[in-house]
Amino acid sequence: MATQRIIAIVISGGLLLLILELVRRKRLMERYALLWLFSTLLLLVLSLWSGLLNSLASALGVSYPPSALFAVAFGVVLVLLVHFSLAVSHLSDQNKVLAQRLGILQRQVQEQNENLAKLGHQVETQAEDSGADGRARDREQLTPTS
Amino acid sequence: MNRYLAIVPAHNEADAISATVDEIHRFAPSFDVLVVDDGSTDDTTPRAESAGATVVRLPFNLGIGGAVQTGYLYAQEHDYEVAVQIDGDGQHDPRYIHDLLHRLQADSDLNMVTGSRFLEPDGEGHRSSAPRRMGIRIFAGLVSLITGRRVTDPTSGLRMTSRIGIELFARDYPHDYPEVEAILMMHAHRLNSCEIPVVMRPRTSGVSAISSTQPVYYMVKVLLAVFIGLFRANPVVEQGDAPINAEHAI
Repeated sequence: MATQRIIAIVISGGLLLLILELVRRKRLMERYALLWLFSTLLLLVLSLWSGLLNSLASALGVSYPPSALFAVAFGVVLVLLVHFSLAVSHLSDQNKVLAQRLGILQRQVQEQNENLAKLGHQVETQAEDSGADGRARDREQLTPTS
Repeated sequence: MNRYLAIVPAHNEADAISATVDEIHRFAPSFDVLVVDDGSTDDTTPRAESAGATVVRLPFNLGIGGAVQTGYLYAQEHDYEVAVQIDGDGQHDPRYIHDLLHRLQADSDLNMVTGSRFLEPDGEGHRSSAPRRMGIRIFAGLVSLITGRRVTDPTSGLRMTSRIGIELFARDYPHDYPEVEAILMMHAHRLNSCEIPVVMRPRTSGVSAISSTQPVYYMVKVLLAVFIGLFRANPVVEQGDAPINAEHAI
């Protein structure tokens, strides 16, 4: 067995196990794991089944089969990168919407707090006014009129 | 305020939402109604509000898992004892809320009751298309095997949970197509669930969350989640535990 093949098997097998473990720990969502699983399975099959790799290499016109494996791996990496660019764009868009909503909400909460404070102040001064009037009236009643 | 909450996830269900809210008010007056508007672009929110529901409007579409978990978070924060999920599209008949509640309260060991379309072999009503029934049967077999209990309708979204289920789902809930995994989560936390027979109606508006291109993704994703779930440890939720993981909101 050629050294490259062993390395290819170990790397793709290890990657497969790593992806499964990350999903198990809930660090990686199934949604994003599926493409990885598909890719690593493809690479694992190609590195285990040299006949398939050889016929793929001859179909692609590549004289050295391990190069065909690298070509496939490169293709897989390209697809994954596009997938992640899409995911990142989606996330930035959602992030923008969240920030906008949060900003507007903060403003609304602040306005409502100010309104509440104003209202509270009005109520207080009204209470004080009536309290002062009451005391003034009491004093008038207490002081004997001459 | 009532002690029971009806969680109604709705995405562009303007045509059906007010009828759904009205029916819940009529047939289950002891339930408060919370509509989670999952980023609708139509009149779902104003119509739900004018029908008398409390509405939480999500700024963008989170998918059914995120929308329903919003409802469980609300239920947890407002100390509801029981929460029931009712789809906003009119498929779920709110008349069954009473039966679900009755079943849940009849057995104090029970934490979740699901309405199943397939519990009675010759049941009537809307039972989904043939290929979907096939998929449902596969999941039903798998879930029954794992839980050691007969489950006939693991994809049914008509389900009621007690307080401990609310706390569990508020902490951790699957993202896409959550129904099957939620049953297994209950099982993993050693909480009991059961089914009662229901008849569902064809949807009156909107489109299914599972469009024509997605069944393959649905099957693969849920099968992967079920398979991986077998290798997870079985944590038991206790009140006051830290969240199962911080990443659950990714």
